[in-house]
Amino acid sequence: MAEPSLEGRFGEFGGRFIPETLFTACEQLEVAFREAWADPSFRSDLDAILREYAGRPSILTECRQLGAKLGLRLVLKREDLNHTGSHKINNVLGQALLAKRMGKTRLVAETGAGQHGVASATAAALLGLECKVYMGAVDVERQALNVFRMKLLGAEVEAVHSGSRTLKDAVNEAMRDWVATVENTHYCLGSVMGPHPYPWMVREFHRVIGDEAREQCRALLGDDPDVVVACVGGGSNALGIFSGFVDGRARLIGVEPAGGAAVGRGQPGVVHGMRSYLLQDEHGQVEEAHSVSAGLDYPGVGPEHSYLASIGRAEYPSVDDAEVIEAFQLMARTEGIIPALECAHALAWIVREAPSLSGRTVLMNLSGRGDKDVGQMMEILSK
Amino acid sequence: MTRVDLEGALRSSRAKGRKLLVPYLTGGLGDWTRAVEAAVAAGADAVEIGIPFSDPAMDGPVIQESSQRALDAGATPSAILDELARLDVDVPMVVMCYYNTIHHAGLERFAASLARAGVAGAIVPDLPLEESGPWTRAADAESIDTVMLASPITPDERLPRICERARGFVYSVGLLGVTGERVELAATATVLAARLKKVTDRPVLIGVGVSSPDQAVEACSVADGVVMGASVVRRFLEGGPDGVGAFVGAVRSSLDAI
Repeated sequence: MAEPSLEGRFGEFGGRFIPETLFTACEQLEVAFREAWADPSFRSDLDAILREYAGRPSILTECRQLGAKLGLRLVLKREDLNHTGSHKINNVLGQALLAKRMGKTRLVAETGAGQHGVASATAAALLGLECKVYMGAVDVERQALNVFRMKLLGAEVEAVHSGSRTLKDAVNEAMRDWVATVENTHYCLGSVMGPHPYPWMVREFHRVIGDEAREQCRALLGDDPDVVVACVGGGSNALGIFSGFVDGRARLIGVEPAGGAAVGRGQPGVVHGMRSYLLQDEHGQVEEAHSVSAGLDYPGVGPEHSYLASIGRAEYPSVDDAEVIEAFQLMARTEGIIPALECAHALAWIVREAPSLSGRTVLMNLSGRGDKDVGQMMEILSK
Repeated sequence: MTRVDLEGALRSSRAKGRKLLVPYLTGGLGDWTRAVEAAVAAGADAVEIGIPFSDPAMDGPVIQESSQRALDAGATPSAILDELARLDVDVPMVVMCYYNTIHHAGLERFAASLARAGVAGAIVPDLPLEESGPWTRAADAESIDTVMLASPITPDERLPRICERARGFVYSVGLLGVTGERVELAATATVLAARLKKVTDRPVLIGVGVSSPDQAVEACSVADGVVMGASVVRRFLEGGPDGVGAFVGAVRSSLDAI
């Protein structure tokens, strides 16, 4: 995948639509990231920590029962087996190491489902950084277990009561914190979104998913898969795995929740520092996203996804909550794997499209485990 | 409303030895236009009108609340501009809006709608110099002054470029942080204003964290004037237009006594 332009653009998307204070901070971050990413000692420190702490490389698992049932070859990239239970750790370890290198002593982070918050709290504990996580009040309720995990890890968690009280408002609050604390604090943004250099930097930290998966697929399948599928909220796990295949022949599918389909239903807009597809009303007010999965409750999407959609390289279909709840149970029963509700979106699309995918090889990024969702599913299924 | 040139008006007041006072009010909330009139009657040199946005990432709790209440009451950019157009005041009006409001409307269309409403200037807090080109081209074409912001951590080499692109005045952000009242004027406030005064002849106004008449006086020991937001909005929420008039009047008297 290509670097964005010097202005941080992917085609007409991306950029740096942020207050002057954060502009300066983002410029410093970009310089620091460029230097670190080109520095073999930074890369080897990060590789070591990913291997010895996060548990990389993550394995591929072929779903024989589910594949047979659907009439295709289904392979999972098991990011759920990483330390802290999702792909989020890849990015967070990279950013936390970078923050230390920049002399910062504190991380702030936003979180939706809590996976990025838990990963940030974990990295902060490991590297001796302070950590404050902003989480929408609605999500604090939905993901009580992850809130407690963050606190156990020594992070401070603040419930955000403004706006829609979900992920987008947590991002606003984290940005407000960062504007005031930029001198000692790094904003550990959790997805391929926000102002340049975040969309690019976060994608680079997740590229390891795609790099590993390409080699593993060639070993297992003898070729690239026909289709690569991942869920998309901000879109970090999807870009991570797409980056291994974007130059090849595989179809790339980013599955959005029906109630938060920024690419599917949005128009170009500017929020959280970036120009990208965005759900907004007729006056340009950002709309609330609605999804069973807190991690995908985001009205925007990373700018590189908007770009990939605009040039037709990736497709962004959506699935509804009912399909997701079905898929969640299907994977648990047929494969003995409880997926995160976010990833159940990817599976729901595969299930729906199975007739047209007959005989194909399908690689799905299982970006997180579903333990955090068990309480919520218990409630949904008891209704 | 007849348009009053922003930079021209501010420069001419400054030339008379007057310190500049620009109160902020959230558009679309209750009888806000009466509050604008009260602020003008009490001695405002210009008034900044916030167009509420769903995601005001530069704003603290008070302006977040006023924005949300305005949105809940059905405020829209076009309705606010319509009301501004009907207002009869003799000082320049400046709108503050986040960039998506402009982007969504279309840059040329939005600039033209500001001009039609008699608006003299625009402050777009999430539009830094590097992203400002398309908007400032549209704004310049309609003679809308785009105020640029400088931050306490803006490097020296950027300041002249920001000042050069600024029209109306240069907004010297008083502190690292979002809008809101503070107990004291931050030490960064006058430091940045002094750096700006060295590189520009345009009026330099300190805003963000200027909360009381005393703080306004302190800021004006270096700056040409102040923008006061949360403190004014709080008076409006608590005491309506009369509360705004009384507060702006008190700040005016203190500044005039310098």
